[in-house]
Amino acid sequence: MIQRILAILHARNLEFLRDKATLGWNVAMPLLLVAGMAAIFSGGDRASYKVALVQAEQEINTAAHPYLETRYFDFIAMDQEEAIERVANHQLDLALDLNAGTYWINPESPGGYFAERLLEASSEEGAWRRQPASGDPITYVDWLIPGILGMNIMFSCLFGVGYVVVRYRKNGFLKRLKATPLRPVEFMSAQILSRLLLAIFVTLLLYGATRLLLDIRMEGSGLALFLVAVLASISLVAIGLAMAARVTSEELAGGLLNLVTWPMMLLSGVWFSLAGAPQWVQQLSNIFPLTHALTAARDIMLYGAGFADVLPQLLILAGITAAFLTVGAALFRWRGA
Amino acid sequence: MTGPPILAVRELVKNYGQVRAVRGISFDVPRNCCFGLLGPNGAGKTTTVEIIEGVTPATSGEVLYEGEKAGAAFRQDSGVQFQTAALQDFITVRETLEMFHRLYRRRADIDQVIADCALEKLQKRDNRKLSGGQRQRLLLAIALVNDPKILFLDEPTTGMDPQARRNFWELVERIRARKKTIVLTTHYMEEAQALCDEIVIMNEGVIVTQGAPDTLLKAHYKEIILELPEADLEELPAEFPFHTYRRNGLVEIHTDDANEAITRLSRAGAPLGRLNIRPFRLEDLFLDLTGKELRS
Ligand SMILES: Nc1ncnc2c1ncn2[C@@H]1O[C@H](COP(=O)(O)OP(=O)(O)O)[C@@H](O)[C@H]1O
Ligand SMILES: [Mg+2]
Repeated sequence: MIQRILAILHARNLEFLRDKATLGWNVAMPLLLVAGMAAIFSGGDRASYKVALVQAEQEINTAAHPYLETRYFDFIAMDQEEAIERVANHQLDLALDLNAGTYWINPESPGGYFAERLLEASSEEGAWRRQPASGDPITYVDWLIPGILGMNIMFSCLFGVGYVVVRYRKNGFLKRLKATPLRPVEFMSAQILSRLLLAIFVTLLLYGATRLLLDIRMEGSGLALFLVAVLASISLVAIGLAMAARVTSEELAGGLLNLVTWPMMLLSGVWFSLAGAPQWVQQLSNIFPLTHALTAARDIMLYGAGFADVLPQLLILAGITAAFLTVGAALFRWRGA
Repeated sequence: MTGPPILAVRELVKNYGQVRAVRGISFDVPRNCCFGLLGPNGAGKTTTVEIIEGVTPATSGEVLYEGEKAGAAFRQDSGVQFQTAALQDFITVRETLEMFHRLYRRRADIDQVIADCALEKLQKRDNRKLSGGQRQRLLLAIALVNDPKILFLDEPTTGMDPQARRNFWELVERIRARKKTIVLTTHYMEEAQALCDEIVIMNEGVIVTQGAPDTLLKAHYKEIILELPEADLEELPAEFPFHTYRRNGLVEIHTDDANEAITRLSRAGAPLGRLNIRPFRLEDLFLDLTGKELRS
């Protein structure tokens, strides 16, 4: 069994490595993307104002205080510890505890300065106790880079594997394999391993480049981050395999994959945080493995989370992988109708 | 060629929607023989062997290998050359063979396979850069990497020039000499006659006849054929008690007494310089059984 997986894996790797055009594209495209990010965002900052409300319930009662009616401000419910940390990192402009009459602010943050002035303007003198919270600013680039890395893994794993399997089926290579002792699981495992190697290699390259070029934050466990990348890749390959399990046309496969990748790209929090989005959007986003991968990656890179902190996300990713591999293996066909 | 058959096909049916490609056929493939599945294009040969190979599901019927439903053991023991098959791009001939080699428990000596299929000089060539004949030899080599007990060849010489075809026949003879069973499909009667010990003739999804080629011919024909160009025999002699047919610009005279027939032709003054005397061939048998020319 291992022999057979390795045989297919080796041949697939050779095929891929010698296909210089595709290989170049797989490495160059994300590098270009990161270079573009660097050019656009070096030293950049956020444009809108975000204020955390320290409270237990999710609903925000805007009638509780006139400040909560300020336009162009996002108010987000959060627990105290997280809120203070984000204020320190410049992720939030201000954190407010209405009941305790306390607010936290980073004295070095320009956004914090405005948020504070507006709070004072809408309240009586001496109504609030001011608490400083300082730390290095987390820039948008720091926040965005995990998203870009994740998005690259997503495209590489879904399209890379999906198209290859459909091409093999369409041209009859899979039919030839069916006449050998090779089993679907073995074939699928080889495809997963092959794509995993590539995705991890490219991700490491990108990670190194962004550390060098953009000096992005990395506060937590490197090993945990590596595990997140591995499990994210495997779960996305598993989805790609399930979608390509019996399709014989590249067009149909492309359509199906787009159907998955676009919502995932928009709703997994690649480009912008979903913290202020409606509840149902946040719940919907939980069906995407990328959401969990990015939550974990950002917790590690931005807030210094370790292995134990991201264990829930790792387990979810493993669960998604198992589910789609089972579905994929059950649906798998060597040849088209 | 004794003992139980290595392969038994029972009541095989395959429908593609309205197309009834195979309509309930049964036959046994004896051990260590070259077994031919003959028939014109569209007869259902490829469908039949692909069901046996396990790559196409049958509508109904079953295939027994060594007396049991063909499964994992069959896949280890069989070698398959499809009529057409795609391979991976960017991979060389040798790498392709090595990959397939590693999929099996029992493995042939890969260099021997390469030598047998005359691929020595092509080992480092990219699969995509092979000519038709070279590719066909690679597909055969892939079918041999597990030193198969039973080898399936689907129209292996279609599209080959006569020289390449003879070389291929020699190769098949060598494989058979190693006590292998070969199942060969072809629409070339002379190929079947040259290679096969046992044949099944198929037409429109059914078996027309089956047996050893010589036995089949002897059973059907006590006569031989005299062929004359039509131009040389525009009118038959007055007294001529033989069956005659006109086809493809030739007059065929079927007779069990060639001397008598030739004497009568000679007496009638027909020029005999272009007279050809030949035995009945499988082609004739097929024509007689189906009313159809084999090569369309
Ligand atoms: N995948 C398919 N879908 C529909 N019809 C098919 C398919 N494959 C074969 N057929 C039909 O089945 C019949 C037998 O085909 P085939 O087994 O390829 O014949 P042969 O190999 O003897 O030339 C033909 O009429 C062919 O058109
Ligand atoms: Mg055929």
